[in-house]
Amino acid sequence: MTAAPHDDRYDITTRSGGLRRRRITEKVFAGLAVGSAVVAVGILALVLGTVIHRGITELSLDFFTKPRPLFGQAGGIADALVGSALIVGMAMVMAIPCSILVAIFMSEYAGPRVSVGLRVVLDVLNGVPAIIVGIFVFGLLVVGRGQSAIFGAFALAILMLPMVARATQEVLEIVPRSLREASLALGVTRWRTTLSIILPTAIGGILTGVVIAVARVAGETAPLLFTSSIAANQVSADVSNALPTLPVTIFVFSESPDPGEQAAGWAAALVLILFVLVLNVIAKVVAGRQRRKHEGA
Amino acid sequence: MTSVGFDPAAPGADLERHGIRLGDVLFQGIAVAASLAATALLGLIVYQVTSDAWPAIQEFGASFIWTEAWDPVKDVYGALTFVYGTVVTSAIALLLATPLSIAIALFLTEIAPRRLAAPIATMVELLAAIPSVVLGLWGILVFGPWVRDTLEPFLQSFLGWCPLFSGDPSQAGMLPAALVLTIMIIPITSAICRELFSRTPRDLMDGSMALGSTRWEAIRGVMFAYAAPGIAAAVLLGLGRAFGEAIAVNQVIGGANSINVSLFAPADTLGSRIAAQYQGATSSLQVGAILYLGVILMVISLVTNVVAQVIVTRFERARRAY
Repeated sequence: MTAAPHDDRYDITTRSGGLRRRRITEKVFAGLAVGSAVVAVGILALVLGTVIHRGITELSLDFFTKPRPLFGQAGGIADALVGSALIVGMAMVMAIPCSILVAIFMSEYAGPRVSVGLRVVLDVLNGVPAIIVGIFVFGLLVVGRGQSAIFGAFALAILMLPMVARATQEVLEIVPRSLREASLALGVTRWRTTLSIILPTAIGGILTGVVIAVARVAGETAPLLFTSSIAANQVSADVSNALPTLPVTIFVFSESPDPGEQAAGWAAALVLILFVLVLNVIAKVVAGRQRRKHEGA
Repeated sequence: MTSVGFDPAAPGADLERHGIRLGDVLFQGIAVAASLAATALLGLIVYQVTSDAWPAIQEFGASFIWTEAWDPVKDVYGALTFVYGTVVTSAIALLLATPLSIAIALFLTEIAPRRLAAPIATMVELLAAIPSVVLGLWGILVFGPWVRDTLEPFLQSFLGWCPLFSGDPSQAGMLPAALVLTIMIIPITSAICRELFSRTPRDLMDGSMALGSTRWEAIRGVMFAYAAPGIAAAVLLGLGRAFGEAIAVNQVIGGANSINVSLFAPADTLGSRIAAQYQGATSSLQVGAILYLGVILMVISLVTNVVAQVIVTRFERARRAY
């Protein structure tokens, strides 16, 4: 060491040009990272701000209680609200039990290989574009029978299934083994252990997954275009026919040249976005409570 | 089933034990059936969409993919315009979103104080929660006009020599579509990157910094090396989303039947063309052509997703080996 000639490159005690360059790089990196976060938050604020600003003036009691206007008349989105509620509700009924059963199979019965295989299947299913799910249900059910709210709900259920199943499976995996063993050791059968011990323990996480999935499919337009889009402008609960929905209504309004319809589109977008945001906040609160429960345990 | 026999030796206990087993067998059977149904569903989607498109696939052959035509009057159809639109918009979105997403994830894991990181992470997540139709509404009525009046003249002022930035600025076109896609994939990619970065072993990072590297050098040398396959998967998942998005793109891209080199000009992607045709095509050949577009889109998305999944699964296995 003493014999070696002094090499500036390896001397960190003096401020070499290299060090200065490295410090500048560090500053640039930090600046870009902060800037990127600002951009993302800024875009969110911009979109939300515009939707609120343009939508809020249109909101009135009539907007919620009257159906979509025929050309040139005043009206609201009552038909779309009822249609969306019915279709999303039916999709939940179709998707949730099946999703939870798949998750139970993955975490309680399947071996590691089958479980990983199913996880990949669900993740790939989750990656199928919504518009493809739309033309799938169109080809499978709509052709020859016509559009119907039930088919729309089926399409949304296909989108919900992988989301709810994966979320449920992930919480089931973290239910402590000791709980299962204690229950089984008391002579409780496996299926009763699953239904009355494991599921209630994991209920917070399952709810979070369900709420997130509902928030996402409530705003989906693509699967409904081919299954429940050509509908009359009136409040109806006849699910065997196509029903108007909030996303499809916004889609149609957004491409309208009429400023009145565009304004109605903003107001409908505000209603949809508030619904989605509230659901996301609920999911956060439930998830936070669940986490605290687990940490406390 | 609820009454368990008090005396196991008594007659009937055997039956009861079988009764208990029956519940288990039934329940397991239902769970297996649900899992099989979910798996079959994926297969059924592929089968149904392909078989619906089969007449068109036979009619047009593989040359459909590289034919640039969409003429319902003459009944001539090809997918090249839409494949081109999909590839170009997704590529631009990916180029913009990947560095931004990685930078956001680094900000959240390495730079932001914990109190700030949590709410900002929530806000980035909320960006993903905005329904695509609402983003499209904003895109067509607010963002598009801004792109036409401000961004495109600005780009043209010093990149106008390049054919990509030539032509008249317009509010509907490839560029606004690519930017809206960028907004849609940032939350997906950055959420996965954040997860990856926060799982990088802390002692490796500390070790690197103790040896004198700056934070950026530790990130580049240690974190990126550790997370590289995961980042690749995150980018692919974002890409899958960009390929498949139909609604928001349909609202902002304008629609076109032929390829236009300029990014300012209206165009179309596979998804947006399918969405545009929902009110019914006029001839059965046209319906077939739309379903053929669906098959192409489905194959592209499935391949992207499966590759991403394979990378993730391998990454998980390698991580467990540590």
